[in-house]
Amino acid sequence: MTATKADSPPPELRLPKRRGVELSLLVCAVLISLFGYVAVGLAHNDAVPPDAVRHSAGLGLLALVAHLAVRLRAPYADPLLLPIAVLLNGIGLVLLHRLDLATPGERDAPAQLVWSTLGVALFIAVVVLLRDHRVLQRYAYLSVVAALLLMTVPIFFPAVNGARIWIRIDGLSFQPGEFAKILLAVFFAAYLAANHSALAYTGRRIWKLQLPTGRVLGPIVAIWLLSVLVLVLERDLGTSLLFFGLFVILLYVATGRTGWIAVGLLLAGVGAFAVGWLEPHVHSRVEDWLDPFASIEAGEGPDQLAQSLFAFAAGGMFGTGLGLGRSVLIGFAAKSDFILATAGEELGLIGLTAIFMLYALLVARGYRAGLALRDPFGRLLAVGLASIVALQVFVIAGGVTGLIPLTGMAMPFLAQGGSSVVTNWVIVALLIRLSDSARRPRPEAVETGVIAPTTVIAGPARDTGSSGGTTTGGER
Amino acid sequence: MISHIRLAAAFCLLLLVALLVNAARVQVIQADSLDSNPANRRSTIDRFEQPRGQILVDGRPVTGSRDSGQQLRFERTYTQGPLYAPVTGYASQTYGTSLLEGAEDGILSGTDPMLAPLPFWNDITRAHEPGGKVVTTIKSALQRAAYTGLDGRRGAVAAIEPSSGKILALVSSPSYDPGRLSGTGAAVTDAWRRYNDADAQPMLNRAIRQTYPPGSAFKIVTAAAALDAGVVEDVDAPTDVPERYVLPGTRTTLPNDARGCDKESLAYAIKWSCNSVLAGLGVRVGLGGMVDAAGRFGFNDRRLRIPSGVAVSNFDQEMSDDQLALSSIGQFDTTATPLQMAMVAAAVANGGDLRYPHLVERTLAADGDIVSRVGDRTYGQAMKPRTAYRMRQLMVEVVESGTGTSAGIDGVTVGGKTGTAQHGVGNSGTPYAWFISWAQEEGAGRPAVAVAVVVEDAEAVRDEISGGGDAAPIARAVMEAALRD
Repeated sequence: MTATKADSPPPELRLPKRRGVELSLLVCAVLISLFGYVAVGLAHNDAVPPDAVRHSAGLGLLALVAHLAVRLRAPYADPLLLPIAVLLNGIGLVLLHRLDLATPGERDAPAQLVWSTLGVALFIAVVVLLRDHRVLQRYAYLSVVAALLLMTVPIFFPAVNGARIWIRIDGLSFQPGEFAKILLAVFFAAYLAANHSALAYTGRRIWKLQLPTGRVLGPIVAIWLLSVLVLVLERDLGTSLLFFGLFVILLYVATGRTGWIAVGLLLAGVGAFAVGWLEPHVHSRVEDWLDPFASIEAGEGPDQLAQSLFAFAAGGMFGTGLGLGRSVLIGFAAKSDFILATAGEELGLIGLTAIFMLYALLVARGYRAGLALRDPFGRLLAVGLASIVALQVFVIAGGVTGLIPLTGMAMPFLAQGGSSVVTNWVIVALLIRLSDSARRPRPEAVETGVIAPTTVIAGPARDTGSSGGTTTGGER
Repeated sequence: MISHIRLAAAFCLLLLVALLVNAARVQVIQADSLDSNPANRRSTIDRFEQPRGQILVDGRPVTGSRDSGQQLRFERTYTQGPLYAPVTGYASQTYGTSLLEGAEDGILSGTDPMLAPLPFWNDITRAHEPGGKVVTTIKSALQRAAYTGLDGRRGAVAAIEPSSGKILALVSSPSYDPGRLSGTGAAVTDAWRRYNDADAQPMLNRAIRQTYPPGSAFKIVTAAAALDAGVVEDVDAPTDVPERYVLPGTRTTLPNDARGCDKESLAYAIKWSCNSVLAGLGVRVGLGGMVDAAGRFGFNDRRLRIPSGVAVSNFDQEMSDDQLALSSIGQFDTTATPLQMAMVAAAVANGGDLRYPHLVERTLAADGDIVSRVGDRTYGQAMKPRTAYRMRQLMVEVVESGTGTSAGIDGVTVGGKTGTAQHGVGNSGTPYAWFISWAQEEGAGRPAVAVAVVVEDAEAVRDEISGGGDAAPIARAVMEAALRD
C-alpha cells in the first residue's frame, strides 16, 4: 500500500504520500460503480448487463490515468480528493444510465461518459501543467474579464426553459457560467489576498460593526450588481446566489470582519427580495416552494417539486434499490436538476446521506488544504473552490428537497451536463494541486523566499531529502 | 485567517446538517403522507406492475391479465365476463374494484402481508409478492344453468350448498363484461357510462345487492316461526283464520289468490299459498316472535359478508298488527335479497342449521401454498330440527302437488315455495316472481342444493308472472345441474 518508487528518499525523513491509499480507494470507487451498474441491469431485466465490465473498465482507465498524473506530478496531494470525484462521477453515470432505461430514445449516459473523459483530460492537464498554484495569482484580472465575457455571451442566445445560460452551437450546448465559477474564484482569491489588510483595518466603526470605507466598497458593490445582473438577464437565481455566497465567504475569511457579512447579507437580502417579488420566473419558484402541492389542489396534477418530494418519500430509509424507483415521473429535468431525487428514491435516506457525506468530505479536504497552505492566495483559493462545491450542493439539494426555493443548478458530478462535469474535474484538479502544495515538505530556508519556490516545485521528490524537511505543513 | 477558515467550515457543516435534517423530514417523517398523496402515481403504478392473481371456478381461472405496455402495465381480463361478473366484480385501473376483486384485493394484487414468507424482511427489500389465487365455491355447471335460465331477463339466482354454506351459483341478469372496465382511456369511461346509464342496470348485482319484496316465499319463515312458537302444533289441523281475513285494526280484507283457504291447515296454506292463514298466524306469533324468527334466518343482519357485503334484507322491527300481517306474507316493508331467500331454503333443507354463506373456499399463494381456508361455520339455528323436518314435508308437498310442480325432478326429493310479490304504489308495478327450493337425492345423507330465483319482467302480463311459471323452471335447471355434479 505504500509507494515503491525507486527514487524515494530515505524513509525516516519522508511524509507519507499516501498514493497507495488513493489507488486502493480508487479501486473501491470503480467497484462501487460497477456494482451499481450491475444492480441496474439486474433490476431492469434480471440479467447482468453484458457491457458491465467494459463500462467499468472505461471508468477504471480514467481513474488510473488520473491517478498516475497525480502520482507523478502531485505526489503529496490529498489521497481522498480523486477517489471521491471518481466515485461521484461513477454514481452519476449509473444514475443516468438507469434513467436512460426508463426514457426510451434518450441516451444521455454515453455523452456524459465522453464529457467525463474530457473532464479527466482537463484534470490531468491542470495537474501536469500547473506546477504552482501561485501562478494563477498573476492572471487575476484576465480571469475576471474572461468570466464576465463567459457570463454575458449566453444573453445573446435564445432562452432555454426560461433561463439564458446556454450557448448552443450545432446541437452542442454548454453553460459558460460553469467555467466562470472557477475564474471568479481565482479573481476573488487574488483580489482579496492583495487587499485583505486594507479591507480589514480601514473604515468606520458603527456600534460593533466595522464598516468598510467607500473606496474599497466599490468592488463589492460591483460584484453585487453583477450577481443581480446575472439574475435579471439570465434568470439564473442559483448562479447569482452562488457567486454572491462565494464572495461573502471569501471576504469574511480574508478580513474576518463581521461587518462585511452584515453588508453582504443586507445587499443579498434586498436583491433577492426585489427580484423574487418582481421577476415572475423567480417569483413562481418561491410560490412553488411555499406550497409545493398548490397545483395538485388546483387540479393540475403535481408539479416538479411535488414529484421530487414524492420520489424522496418513496425512497424512505433504505430506498427502492437501483433501477426500481419511479423518479422518471418527475419528467422534465429528471436527469439534470432533479438527479438527486433518483438517488433519494433508489438509495434511500442512507444512500443520500452517503452522497452528502462524500461532498462534505470533498469540501472538508478543500478546507483542510486551505488551513495547511501558507500563502493567502492559496488559502483563499482552496476555501473558495471548496465553498463553490458546498454552496452548489446546498442550493440544488436544498431546492429539490423543498428546503429552499428551487433554482436550476447542477449537482456536482452527478447531474447530466457536460460543462458542469468538466468544471468540477478542474475544481478537483486545482484542489489536488493546492493540497499537494500544502502537504509537501518545505525547507525552512526557502519558506521566506519569493523566487525560490518555483525551483522547489520543479523537483518535488528530489528536494525533500536534502532539505531536512519539517512537518510544519499543517495538520499532518 | 485560520480561525476564519474554521468558522467558514463550520458554516458549511451547518448547511450539511440542514440538508440532512431536511432529507430525513421528507424521506422519513413526511414519507407516509407523501406516499399516500392522491397525486402520487407510485402506488397505482406498483399495483399494476405485475399480473393480478387469478380467481378460480372449478379449479380453472375465469380471469386473466394482459400486458398493455402502458405505464399501468397489467390489465385484468375475464374469460367469461358477463357470466361471472356477479362473482368476480371488476378490477379497473380507472374505477377501482368491486365484489371479490375488491374483497380479496390484497391476495390478488399480492399486497396481503400473509403472502410474504418473511414480512419484516420484505419491508426492507421491498420485494413484491406475485398475486395469489382465490378459489371460489362456485360450480360452473350451476352458474351456467342459472345464467341461461334467466336468458337476459331481469332477475337473479343464488344457490347454496345447505350443509356447508358454499355458494354454488350467483347470477344476476342482465349482466355486463367487467373486462371492458379494466384499463384506462376513453373506451373504458364510455363503457362505464353506458353501463351506469342503462335502464336495465347491468352492473347491479341483483343476487346480493338488490332487495325485493319476497312475497309468498316468505311464508316459509312465518310458518317456521309459528311452529317454533307453538302457535301451530299440528300442521294438518285446521286453523281458525277465516277466508276473508280482515287486517287487525282496519276494515281491509286481505285478498287470497288461492281458493278454499277458509280456516285451512298450515300444510294446505303452504301448499296453495293462502295469504289469510299465514297473515293470521304471523299476527298470532306476534311482532317480537316474528322479528326474532326472521333474524335467525339472516334478516336485518347488517354484517353479512360473503366476503363482499350483502344488502340488508329487511323485516320491520316496529309496526302495527295490520302491518305485521302484511309483513308475514312478504309484503309491506319486508324485502330480501335472492341470497337471503336461498338461505331460508337452505336452513329448512339442512334441518334448521343455517350455515354461513360464503363464496371463497380458500386463498392460495402464487406457488399454491394455502394462505387461508374458509372453514364451514354455522350462522345459527334458524329453527328447531323438529320444525325443519315438518317444513321440509310442507315444501315437498308444494312441488309434488301444489303451486310448484314445475320444479319437480323424477326420483329426487325436491321442496319448494313459490312467491309473487306485489310492489309499487297501489301494487301498480309488475310483480316479481320468486321460487325458492332445495333438492336431495333419494338415499343421500344431505341435501345437494338450495336455490332462490327471482324474475322481474316488465314485459310479461301480470297473471303470467308467478313463481311456479317463470322462476321454478330455472330453479329446476339449477338443481338438476347440482345433482349431476
